[in-house]
Amino acid sequence: MGLENTVFESLPDILTVRLDAVVNWARKSSLWPATFGLACCAIEMMNTVSARNDLSRFGAETFRASPRQADVMIVSGRVSRKMAPVLRRIYDQMPEPKWVISMGACATSGGVFDNYAIVQGVDKIVPVDIYVPGCPPRPEMLVHAIMMLQQKIMKESVKDRQDTFEPESRESKVPGTLPVTEGTALERETEIEVAQHQISRPYTIPSRHEKRRSS
Amino acid sequence: MSTALKDIPSQFEVMDKPLESQMTLSMGPQHPSTHGVLRLDLRLDGELVVKTIPDIGYLHTGMEKLFEYKKYQQGIVITDRMDYLNPLGNNLAYVMAAEKLLQLEIPQRAQVIRVLTCELQRIASHLVWLGTHALDIGAMSVFFYCFRHREKILNLIEAASGGRMTPSYFRIGGLMMDLPAGFERRCKQFLDDFPEALSTFETLVTGNTIWQSRTQGVGVMERDEAISWGLTGPCLRGSGVDLDLRRDNPYTGYETYDFEIPVETDCDVWARFKVRMREMYESYKICRQALERLKPGPIKADAPKVVLPDRDDMRKHMDSLIHHFLIVAEGFNVPPGEVYMPIEASKGELGVYMKSNGGPKPERVHFRGPSFVNLSALPAMVEGEMIADVVAIIGSLDIVLGEIDR
Amino acid sequence: MTEKLHGYVEKLKQENADWVTDIKDELGEVTVIIPRAGIVDVCRFLRNSEGFDLLSDLCGADRGPEEEPRFEVNYHLFSTTHHDRLRLKVLLSEDDPTVSTVTSLWRTADWHERETYDLLGVKFEGHPDLRRILLPSDFDGHALRKDYPLRGYEPYSMN
Repeated sequence: MGLENTVFESLPDILTVRLDAVVNWARKSSLWPATFGLACCAIEMMNTVSARNDLSRFGAETFRASPRQADVMIVSGRVSRKMAPVLRRIYDQMPEPKWVISMGACATSGGVFDNYAIVQGVDKIVPVDIYVPGCPPRPEMLVHAIMMLQQKIMKESVKDRQDTFEPESRESKVPGTLPVTEGTALERETEIEVAQHQISRPYTIPSRHEKRRSS
Repeated sequence: MSTALKDIPSQFEVMDKPLESQMTLSMGPQHPSTHGVLRLDLRLDGELVVKTIPDIGYLHTGMEKLFEYKKYQQGIVITDRMDYLNPLGNNLAYVMAAEKLLQLEIPQRAQVIRVLTCELQRIASHLVWLGTHALDIGAMSVFFYCFRHREKILNLIEAASGGRMTPSYFRIGGLMMDLPAGFERRCKQFLDDFPEALSTFETLVTGNTIWQSRTQGVGVMERDEAISWGLTGPCLRGSGVDLDLRRDNPYTGYETYDFEIPVETDCDVWARFKVRMREMYESYKICRQALERLKPGPIKADAPKVVLPDRDDMRKHMDSLIHHFLIVAEGFNVPPGEVYMPIEASKGELGVYMKSNGGPKPERVHFRGPSFVNLSALPAMVEGEMIADVVAIIGSLDIVLGEIDR
Repeated sequence: MTEKLHGYVEKLKQENADWVTDIKDELGEVTVIIPRAGIVDVCRFLRNSEGFDLLSDLCGADRGPEEEPRFEVNYHLFSTTHHDRLRLKVLLSEDDPTVSTVTSLWRTADWHERETYDLLGVKFEGHPDLRRILLPSDFDGHALRKDYPLRGYEPYSMN
């Protein structure tokens, strides 16, 4: 990723146009989703992968459990307030290029549940590329969403994708439940570190839409 | 949790005795084998699990609070999303609790269709269990076979109600609509093909020595402990207790059907597996009997203030129109009282505690989710097992996080 | 149909007269209202002598901030041998919503009591590990109370 970027940034625009087509074609044809099935939409996602509606003919061959090996995160299901920091963390752990599909009414806008417990739309936490309505959406709708995402990828330019700056994503700690370190010796150390560095700014990472080529 | 810090050895202890250290591992909430957003804090001694603390609530939706703000009829839609593999079961429990408060009598045809669709839903739920359980243990092709057969059931339920996974088919007083034309023929076709599918699963899974050695002797929960932990459903029947609410506290006419209750005494993952496989066959038998009993008749109870009238009735008669308007706009008042309605869902005893104070919205609705109680017994089952067995045990408990976290 | 259940209540009264405050019999179910101090003894008697070995459900309810007593805790008992159901109810006031735990009798009460504490704020004395189970551990308030608004107090923000 870093090598491509340095090479492309030094080349003039006219030379990267043909490269865009090839690179985007490669990226769109092998979109590997990260397993982020939360609730009922996850079962419809499993239906989309299974034999009748086969998602792997569109390139989504395997669903990788580790976000480090995944391209697209399909947020399928309702995101509760306890789960929101985990969602953000998984999104941060995915390397560029990455996309997000918000599947279902609950992920798009909170769905049927307009109450204290559900985040009203996952785009309050991660930037979303494709929204799929439905409760749950039919498997054919998810397949259509993948196809639309593929069309969207073809229109991108290679220079759009910058890696998230490493120290930034490590520093952004969310108040509330920290899943991995709670109750362990590691938490004690991080508490001391937090107290020493006084990290108390709001938790936002500039999304890739805000970091254009010029900045 | 504060006592946990003392148990973690300091770095010097680790270096002196490298084989005698314990590690705390957080399994989940994003994990392919936890069947949803479940987090397990595992205290490990090498591969052996010393202790586990489940951490739930990552899918908490506040459904019980939502019920108090919605009229009784509107709440049916929310029950679909609870145990999303068995939505008709949730619908049935909620609707029957409301009908018990209202003391409605349900016509015969509606009861038969309720039994038929609920048993089809039970088969679908067990197919998902089998597919995901086998996928976790390593047998990937079973997953595709199971989902292929489940698609046929989903098509049937979609034909009847319009929704594959969120049907909301039952209404207080009967059903939403009658079965469409051709449903019985398609259902019969599915039931004709099903025994062959079951025997395929038996060939693929039950006779497999790898499967047997991974599931026998794992996750043992003895009979008295199982009752004390409140386990119900196939988990309890796998521990030797002969209890099934369809036979012991019957509802919707289940006492008139002829089916057996499979009980195993091994108390391990293998026993629960065998119980569920046989339950699929028993559900198939009940579906056959229900199909034969289908006779034309009304599908909604005779209570004009509670049940919506037929559409053309509403268009022609003034009183039907007024009733329709009042039911939809203001809701019907349910007499004050409280009721606990347990049913045998595919995962165990699904109980609805409904309390009404005389208004159109309930005062308290509480769902006793079987997965919630089954999961609370996980720490006792997992002590002393290896990590790989934890995955097998979670699969055998058949948990659905929507029901646990509500 | 409810005579058998009334038989159990009679035995309860014979064992100790101030265990039973009130009996309600409606819709085919019998509810016994027990004073707060006697709930563990009642449960132990019913489990050991009458065979109610499965605690189906333990849930709390909030009757509203103006009612007195405000909270109630329902115990749904079930027997695997004679398949009868009985409901016990304990009424608690708002200033002291505490009741003894029954985890020593049924291990399933553990998580049910945690959930009741989490959503309603009813404390259970003697519970081995009373902490939040469904809501996040830094959540403020008890969500299922009638005076907690449906949409919560602030829009979701990650600051």
